[in-house]
Amino acid sequence: MGIFKKKPESVITGPSDATVSQAFKNGNPVTKLSFVIFGLGNILNKQVARGVILLAIEVMYLVYLFTNGIGFMGDFFTLGTHEQGQVFNEALGIYEYSAGDNSMLCLLYGVITIFLTLGVIFIGCMSGKSAYATQYRKEKKMRIPSFMDDLRSLKEENLHSVMLAFPIIGIVVFTIVPLAFMILIAFTSYDHEHQPPGNLFDWVGLDNFVSMFSQGSKLAATFWPVLTWTLIWAVLATSTCYILGLLLALLINRKGTRCKGFWRFMFVLSVAVPQFVTLLSMKTIFNANGPVNILLRDLGILGATEAIPFFTNPLYAKITIICINIWIGVPFTMLSTTGILQNIPAELYEAAKIDGASAPTIFRKITLPYMVFIMTPNLITSFTGNINNFNVIYLLSGGGPDSLDYYYAGKTDLLVTWLYRLTITQKDYNLGAVIGILVFIILATLSLLTYRHTGSYKDEGAFQ
Amino acid sequence: MRAKRFITNTACHILLAVLSFIWVLPIFYVVLTSFRAEGGSYKSYIWPKGYTLDNYINLFHGNSSIDFNRWFMNTLVIAIFSTIISAFFVLCVSYVMSRLRFKMRKTFLNIALILGMFPGFMSMIAVYYILKGLGFLETGVLKQVALVLVYSGGAGLGFYMAKGFFDTIPKTIDEAAYIDGATKWDTFIHVTLPMSKPIITYTLITSFMGPWVDYIFAKVIMGNDTPYYTIAIGLWTMLEKEYIEYYYTQFYAGCVVISIPISILFVLTQKCYVEGISGAVKG
Repeated sequence: MGIFKKKPESVITGPSDATVSQAFKNGNPVTKLSFVIFGLGNILNKQVARGVILLAIEVMYLVYLFTNGIGFMGDFFTLGTHEQGQVFNEALGIYEYSAGDNSMLCLLYGVITIFLTLGVIFIGCMSGKSAYATQYRKEKKMRIPSFMDDLRSLKEENLHSVMLAFPIIGIVVFTIVPLAFMILIAFTSYDHEHQPPGNLFDWVGLDNFVSMFSQGSKLAATFWPVLTWTLIWAVLATSTCYILGLLLALLINRKGTRCKGFWRFMFVLSVAVPQFVTLLSMKTIFNANGPVNILLRDLGILGATEAIPFFTNPLYAKITIICINIWIGVPFTMLSTTGILQNIPAELYEAAKIDGASAPTIFRKITLPYMVFIMTPNLITSFTGNINNFNVIYLLSGGGPDSLDYYYAGKTDLLVTWLYRLTITQKDYNLGAVIGILVFIILATLSLLTYRHTGSYKDEGAFQ
Repeated sequence: MRAKRFITNTACHILLAVLSFIWVLPIFYVVLTSFRAEGGSYKSYIWPKGYTLDNYINLFHGNSSIDFNRWFMNTLVIAIFSTIISAFFVLCVSYVMSRLRFKMRKTFLNIALILGMFPGFMSMIAVYYILKGLGFLETGVLKQVALVLVYSGGAGLGFYMAKGFFDTIPKTIDEAAYIDGATKWDTFIHVTLPMSKPIITYTLITSFMGPWVDYIFAKVIMGNDTPYYTIAIGLWTMLEKEYIEYYYTQFYAGCVVISIPISILFVLTQKCYVEGISGAVKG
């Protein structure tokens, strides 16, 4: 992966240069102790304000830990032990619910506690590093920065931490914690039979993955066809839109074409309309009694009561969806490729012409390689986007026509729409989470294989 | 030679005409139906028997269950708030990633790449429970706050486009500012941002458009709280079985009403997008 690759230990050249392990290794006892008692090194060296802030964070965390945190962590491992019960209240003559543990909340609070702990460990490392920086400055007889200096550095060399703080909190709360929560659910029995608060669910290890892949089960019989269709769909949707869009852009950009702006406008019109509007109207247009079938009846191709089953026959539904997706996607590609086509340096073409190259040769040797080079990341994003293309499928066919051979899935369901059905409609959260993880594995493999080899990733500063 | 060129040119134009006909036809049908005088859903003919503006008028005089005005205002408020927050997040993150060099930078870029590979729904369902656990789903107004948070919370991850733009601004401009004694923060506010109008507009408009066109997050969070719906789920409601017979033509009128401002904004973003990727600032 390369993310957590160990870098060779570098020589410490400045106060804030040391890594965490270097700071611990080279630190004096006070510095080492600062990893446990936050801010100690700072307080002892006249950086009281910084030290007190660090210490206050630790104290707050410890108070949280001893009032609630430890209990939450215990519940996290058991996921609750008391099931909600019914007690007969003789005075009122009714059954009353006795409060039980809510496994879902146990899991959630556990995850939150874990993330708080990780955050505090991170701050602990910062405290150690900060103590080491002060120690280093003292040893080298450098000036120890005051609190005002610290505040000033926030606009200068530490600007990144200020500007990233809120966005990162947002990302952690709304993306990372939820993801961790859902990944953990894949290893529990949180399905429609174990719904909190009425029932408890528990850790089941890899059982959900096993049942997803076990031979002959209904889940496996659903998973493989849905996966196949997802991949077919992604390949077809991406390639048709890309090729046809590129051809359309070339057609409009040819020298001989008049009124380029007008033609572009005609196609951009369909992009400008919000996607759900186009999708919902397409759904009605291709309805059994929609205008397309009416038109075919008027033309005498169909009988008066006949209708082409655009969304009710599995094969027709697949073809219809891909065609509608072409209608939606081609103008997008046309737009993005037009800009790139116009950006191809004119010198290249002039040089080719001087060398006497013909038009097809110019296309083959200059236009196409240039487009492929620029568009590869774009193609990969649109491929992954199509694997996760929820809107098109959900708003057009809703995954239907449904199949009795499948576990709550239809013939045009993608993995993501199946995930949606399993969680929102069917309440099998654990199976939904398993599918989410599998989708991630597919996408991650694809992206790592291709994206990291593209020029724009490796050489991001090429145009600076 | 000349005759041959004439033939290919004509063929190309005819092909373009046929294609644009296909592409415009559904839009034309939407507009046509929005003016249809006869109610009811599917008809056995295409050209309406009569034309009327009633669909538009009725749309803005909604009743308690289909209240277009209110949905419109809901969406507007949600869009404005989430635009402010997410544009701030996106600009901050992209500037930091483009201009500042610090230890965790590469790690952050890689994590952002990995997070982008999970299907959005996976986190959506958990976000739903987190919001529920925090008590955000008790009343309709709180649900709207929750929706703003959902739209803008993770916005920091969508920094690629703006980062690409900042990358094209020559570093020498920043260095000149440092020599004149500006801090990095001053440089960001007084030098970089004024030069980045196209990308700021692009970021603002894309995040503004999000709530107008998002269907699924709004649906999951709002549930059955019809008065607090946004436009997208509201229009979808009109096509549900109990409403479709009466609201079919109004649905199309609503689509036209929504599409006009969104299209204008979209054309604006395209302009900024082209300026943004071609790097409008030269050193």
